[in-house]
Amino acid sequence: MDLIRFYVRKLITVIKGEILVLPSRMVVAVFFLILLGLPMITQDPYFLRILILTSIFAIFAASWDLLSGFTGQMNFGHALFFGVGAYGAAMLNLHFHLPPWGSIPLGALASVLAGLIIGIPCLRLRGTYLALTTLAFPIILMGIVFAVPEITGGELGISGIDRLVRSRVAQYYITVVVMVVLVVVMWKITDSNIGIIFHAIREDEVAVRASGINTTRYKLMAFCLSGFFAGIAGGLYAHFMRIAGPSTLEVSMSFQVVIWAVFGGVVTIWGPVGAVFILFPLLEFFRFWPELRMLLFAIVILLILLFMPQGLLPWIRDKIENECPRCKIRNVATRKTCRICDASMH
Amino acid sequence: MVLDIIITSLINGSTYALLAIGFSLIFGVARIVNIAHTAFYMVAAYCIYFVTYNMGYHPIVGMLIAVPLVTLLGMVTYRIFIAPIREHEAAVLIGTIALAIALQEVMLLIFSGDYRSVPALMQGFFTIFDRKIFYQQLITLIAALVILGALRLLLMQTKLGLAIRSTAQDREVANLMGMNESRVALYTVGISIALAGFTGAVIVPLTIVEPFMWLHPLIMMMAVVVLGGLGSIKGSFFAAYILGFAEAAVVFLIPMGAFLKGSVALSIMILVLLIRPEGLFGIAFEEER
Repeated sequence: MDLIRFYVRKLITVIKGEILVLPSRMVVAVFFLILLGLPMITQDPYFLRILILTSIFAIFAASWDLLSGFTGQMNFGHALFFGVGAYGAAMLNLHFHLPPWGSIPLGALASVLAGLIIGIPCLRLRGTYLALTTLAFPIILMGIVFAVPEITGGELGISGIDRLVRSRVAQYYITVVVMVVLVVVMWKITDSNIGIIFHAIREDEVAVRASGINTTRYKLMAFCLSGFFAGIAGGLYAHFMRIAGPSTLEVSMSFQVVIWAVFGGVVTIWGPVGAVFILFPLLEFFRFWPELRMLLFAIVILLILLFMPQGLLPWIRDKIENECPRCKIRNVATRKTCRICDASMH
Repeated sequence: MVLDIIITSLINGSTYALLAIGFSLIFGVARIVNIAHTAFYMVAAYCIYFVTYNMGYHPIVGMLIAVPLVTLLGMVTYRIFIAPIREHEAAVLIGTIALAIALQEVMLLIFSGDYRSVPALMQGFFTIFDRKIFYQQLITLIAALVILGALRLLLMQTKLGLAIRSTAQDREVANLMGMNESRVALYTVGISIALAGFTGAVIVPLTIVEPFMWLHPLIMMMAVVVLGGLGSIKGSFFAAYILGFAEAAVVFLIPMGAFLKGSVALSIMILVLLIRPEGLFGIAFEEER
């Protein structure tokens, strides 16, 4: 009994000392709580469907940030990983009758392989060259998909895949929990030693190599990790929509993920996730004017970029929080002195 | 068959060369990866369609109106949307993507998604070795080559051309030598968008006009730029014909080739990059100092 009381008290202290002190952490905590509790309020299938797709794309956008934001390897063909994951899961499910919990991870492994295959030639390129070259890979695969319709279903794609689970609410919980877990894993990766090396490669690759680190290995690792997460997103998408079509490989899909990630702020992981949760439902909201939908979307992005070019969420965060000039700990903007070292904030 | 391949590859190659050189120019001078480049080509095609069908003039009038109009549109959108965020590379990237989507949607709203076409400037054809060659194909090819020649003159013989080339080589030193860097960038954007407009104008009688017509040329243009070497105009020129030829050969020689044309051309690009990472004519230039 005492032990339980100890842990409860510890939990309260952690919440009080670590979460309630910063508005951004409060927002994240409230956001996750709402996300997990939502089906208790409404079970509207259309509403849940939007949120399921949003969660899937949130994984996808965060995986782009892991590769292109952190490691600086601008990938314009991220749809390749998504498409390989979706097609892989779909084919494994349809031809080998694997259930979703087997086909999605195996499909993601196929994406890892794709990451290796495109990573090896792309390692010799950097910057804009890399961005423009990676654009080519999903299009090459799409040509192959169209050329062998017996296996891939051609233009119609592979349909008749198993559902994730029967009920909509269970589907919602599975995707949301997978999203939360994967995003936390990605965030932890970027916080670890590997993440620091990724970040260093982005800033100055020569310096990293000079410190005795095999940058080639780490860049390949970034491609594979990012491919794995994007592949899981693709597999979930295939099993949720019950179809894996060429639309998963389209150029617009690759562009979409870049828009989400840059809009939310790169090199953060939480930025792209937040951006998807803002932009994707917003796009659904614009459905009331179907003809103007994409136009309004594009204009919103152009206007927001004009005023906050480093991304929406980091901009908001900088407005409500300040960094202590002495100990570099973040504080609420309303505080006059730092909460840790008591130095003046100005 | 051989003649078909040659004609198609020459026409496609010229289109890609025009587009890729415009794209290279902006990238070289202003360091902008302009995804919206081919969207302006689409707008020019629609302008010509509008003047020809809704106002009832000859297509050539449409071309004369379309090119300045598109250039103006390009410079204004650059001034409003892209110039303020030029320092943020990633923001410019999605700024131009959003711009391209916006242009596509505006065209979709005005003209709907129907496939449309513009009549040839000159009807009829002549035959060589039992193969029909339309006069329009010849006109397009010659016009494209003339524009390429004019561009070369502009870049090599005029003061503006010198300013553009030197800014592309080293922005800071060009600035120190008294060139107004932001004005050079604006002019370059104008020239580049004008090239996209010209491309739309010369190719429009041979293609179908639709709001998504910018996607395939965009991909091929980027492949050409990478294959030829970023910022190398000579490289873009040769790479454009290589990829144009690969595309045409695949379409005519392989069954289901129309699906595979993009794949094969892009695979060639990747194979060349494996051997020469800086492209065919690129100099392995130092990244920004």
